[in-house]
Amino acid sequence: MENKNYISSYCAAKNGEVIVDHTISYSEKTLLSVDFIKSVYKHFQFNYPKFYKMDHLCKLAFVTSELLLKSNPVTQKYSSEDIAIIISNSTSSLEIDTEHQNTISDKGNYFPSPAIFVYTLSNILIGEIAIRNSIKGENTFFIFDKFDPVFMSSYINSLLKSGKAKCCITGWVDFYENKYESFLYTVEKEQGTLKIEHTSEQIKKLYNN
Amino acid sequence: MNVFVASDNIISPLGFTSSENFEQLIKMHTGVTRIEKSELSEEAVCAAIIDTKKLNAEFQKQNHTNKASEIEYTRLEKMAIISINDCLKQNPKINIASKKTLLVLSTTKGNIDLLDASLASRFDKKRVYLWETAKIIAGYFKNPNQPIVVSNACISGVLAIIIGKRLLEDNTYDTVIVSGVDIMTHFVVSGFQSFKAISNEVAKPYDSKRDGISLGEGCGTIVLTNNPELTLNIEQQIFVKGGASSNDANHISGPSRTGDGLLLAIEKTLKEANVKAEEVNYISGHGTATLYNDDMESIAISDAQLAAVPMNSLKSYFGHTLGAAGLIESIVGIHSMRKNTLIGTYNFNELGVAKPINIIKDTTSAVVNNCLKTSAGFGGCNAAVFFQKVQNN
Repeated sequence: MENKNYISSYCAAKNGEVIVDHTISYSEKTLLSVDFIKSVYKHFQFNYPKFYKMDHLCKLAFVTSELLLKSNPVTQKYSSEDIAIIISNSTSSLEIDTEHQNTISDKGNYFPSPAIFVYTLSNILIGEIAIRNSIKGENTFFIFDKFDPVFMSSYINSLLKSGKAKCCITGWVDFYENKYESFLYTVEKEQGTLKIEHTSEQIKKLYNN
Repeated sequence: MNVFVASDNIISPLGFTSSENFEQLIKMHTGVTRIEKSELSEEAVCAAIIDTKKLNAEFQKQNHTNKASEIEYTRLEKMAIISINDCLKQNPKINIASKKTLLVLSTTKGNIDLLDASLASRFDKKRVYLWETAKIIAGYFKNPNQPIVVSNACISGVLAIIIGKRLLEDNTYDTVIVSGVDIMTHFVVSGFQSFKAISNEVAKPYDSKRDGISLGEGCGTIVLTNNPELTLNIEQQIFVKGGASSNDANHISGPSRTGDGLLLAIEKTLKEANVKAEEVNYISGHGTATLYNDDMESIAISDAQLAAVPMNSLKSYFGHTLGAAGLIESIVGIHSMRKNTLIGTYNFNELGVAKPINIIKDTTSAVVNNCLKTSAGFGGCNAAVFFQKVQNN
């Protein structure tokens, strides 16, 4: 029984650059974080008006997941219940948390808003990806000091081995104080075009590139 | 591989041990009270709040034996530490300092109160990071492993139990301490007020007159193990038999109208547990007492062929304790199984949900050999976990 799983596709966005499956697909080094993410959206002509309602963290997750799933449309291969979304970061939703805090800290200028508050949970970005792609499988948001390929690969390999998912969209999406980093990849039993075995070493190599 | 419950604790306004809490629930005493203008809210709000003096006194009492700790702990960290300490006291076989023991922390907002100017100066800025909070808690107990933090809205607690079970099945650890904790803050209250989601009275889950949630704070800890020798009561074991999560893929803040996401999580859970719907003895529902959540649940429960199974919500006792809710409510389920007692749903009078379901009104005796715990949350997430009692006579 073959128990190997593979990283079948990946998309990384950091330092003004977007990489999809080893290839730089977009580069714009002059823009600050949020403007860079918006420029990715415009460059690839994603047509999804909800994007503009999202907080920065979800916007980042959205553009990266769109490019990942364009490269590897897993929703066409697997049923919606069999695709898991398991994502991690370090700062949770602190970027928008701070924004919500600013709306309530001054009693004379008190304006908490449901449109902001709803984003004060890190897993909302999983919800956004799930809604966009009609994905209904397992979802979990983990928080780590730093991206943890050892834990993530082991947890996801177990999930696939036990049949609780057939494919997993996973990785790291972090946005806080104008620092941003997104690294999402698909894991499945099929090798895909990348043919990279899903091990912590291989994830580290891709992540550090 | 079997995963057993080795110890458990609830910290809430109803008490600082699981037994204290369960005694209050049997009597149908609620922890939700009306709080007039406070630092939480300019308006009065119904919520389940832990008395700070009582919390600090308990923490100080326990800290006499832990002289090494000279750092200041936050309110949330104190709650988690007291809760875990009680689990260790209940079951001295648990070795929290072992390499084979892992802490899994479930929290939605952690030390979010530290964003407020009144506290921000007292603590290091990074203390608001959830991984740092978890490290502080694990460090208090000298646990050598990097703790795992699950932050997945209101399903965090149930999800953390499922993750604990899966990690034990992988055999890297023999003990996983799953602790769920969230505190009441101006941050959270103002947000739910902006959603107009909070009831002016104590929440009325599944009731025809329900009009919103009650919030709460608390901590629940369940120690799981794959080693039956580490459990206390060999004659009456509680197993975690299955669990799953799912997403509605429908809306980020509104529950699905069809309940199909929750149905999927329930079906996957019962399948893993190898249990048929008619074998389920008791459902511990999510029951936030919002119009849409309770309707959604009733549809999912009905579609899962579980409409006749006795079901309750504990949100009118503890409030909605966010990342702690799944743990606290699972622990009540575990004690319901041990005591063969089903807790009545406080403030429930007349069923008023989309599909008929069997809500427990008054606390009653019943044979409770298993418990299905369900939950749902923002982001369209759902989760379910199944506990089974096994008598070894």
